[in-house]
Amino acid sequence: MMLDLNDKNFEQEVLQSKIPFLVDFWASWCGPCQMVEPIIEELDKEYEGKIKTGKLNVDESPQTAAKYGVMSIPTVILFKEGKEVARKVGFENKESFTKLISDL
Amino acid sequence: MIYDLIIIGTGPAGLTASLYASRYQISHLLIGSQLGGTMAWASMVENYPGFDSITGADLAQKMIEQVKKLGAEIKNTGIIEIKRKEPNFEIKTENDEIIEAKTLILATGTQRQKLNIPGESEYLGKGVSYCATCDATFFKEKIVAVVGGSNAAVMSALHLAALAQKVYLIYRRRPLRADPIWVERIQKESKIEIIYETNVTEIFGDNKVMSGIKLDKPYQNNQELKVDGIFIEIGGKPGTELVNSLRVKLDEKGYLKVKSDMSTNIPGVFAAGDVANASGELQQIITAASEGALAANSVYRYLKKG
Repeated sequence: MMLDLNDKNFEQEVLQSKIPFLVDFWASWCGPCQMVEPIIEELDKEYEGKIKTGKLNVDESPQTAAKYGVMSIPTVILFKEGKEVARKVGFENKESFTKLISDL
Repeated sequence: MIYDLIIIGTGPAGLTASLYASRYQISHLLIGSQLGGTMAWASMVENYPGFDSITGADLAQKMIEQVKKLGAEIKNTGIIEIKRKEPNFEIKTENDEIIEAKTLILATGTQRQKLNIPGESEYLGKGVSYCATCDATFFKEKIVAVVGGSNAAVMSALHLAALAQKVYLIYRRRPLRADPIWVERIQKESKIEIIYETNVTEIFGDNKVMSGIKLDKPYQNNQELKVDGIFIEIGGKPGTELVNSLRVKLDEKGYLKVKSDMSTNIPGVFAAGDVANASGELQQIITAASEGALAANSVYRYLKKG
């Protein structure tokens, strides 16, 4: 299941995660974000145990979004051992997100 | 199993085609990678009957729910190949699944057109955006530019003006080609400055974030504009790569050529929405929906004929 992330739990959940973490930066008004979410949900199931996933609402958690320089949504960032290792900006198909994970 | 119909594309054309196909009891699969299609990008839709004003994402959601209620089978995945498998057609999905059907409705819409100028891909997500609805929030009290002269461009400029300090609307021609009702609204908005007959030639910055753009001719004696963001709204190009193998005829602008019943030159292959040339320059949700309905009706008659 995708975790609900925010400015408060981001450090603990994502940066201190023992396995890679895929974060979906989104907002309720963003149409393309609604198309990305089901793809990340699927990846969460397919790669259970290998990665974790979560979504961060940029409207409610602007500090984390700003910290990672997110200026366009959807943005999906893959974190590993507390660091950003890959990023996709804008709507992408499932294949492209799958590649992020298989490149790990 | 062999479906009677596969509808490729999940924007308003594909969704409406499915709605009608369900009512005609045509066994069909609706498949596409972007549920809602281009419609989901619109910040406000004010010209779809029955809705005074609704966001594109909400309207898309309503259409998807309606289609699902009628029992349509939807696959949210991309397609990598379409080919003939006499007498039927065969598609291959991104997951390497192969699906066969007697007829096809191509409703693949358009892909966002890029400016193809230096800095555009480099600063994507660092000031460059293709969705004002999504990203306006990152530009509160900032200076931004919108490129384009269509309804979508004007709507984006208005949407941004609500939050930004200043908005430049840069259009390569004159006058704007947006509907008069939008033009009137934009002229009343004091935060928006329109720059006509000008092209953007470069986007620059400090690698981390963009800081300005270059123009092909000076505006107020300056060939560079300091902007924190640029929104590119110059329309789309038809998504026809997949159908090359079927030899569907295109018009001179690259759109799928259809007759008034949405049939193409290939028997059993129909097209609808922005990818088809049925409604000329008018690429609207309502024209896409209408073409989707016509295409489904034509499929119904085609299948009945046997």
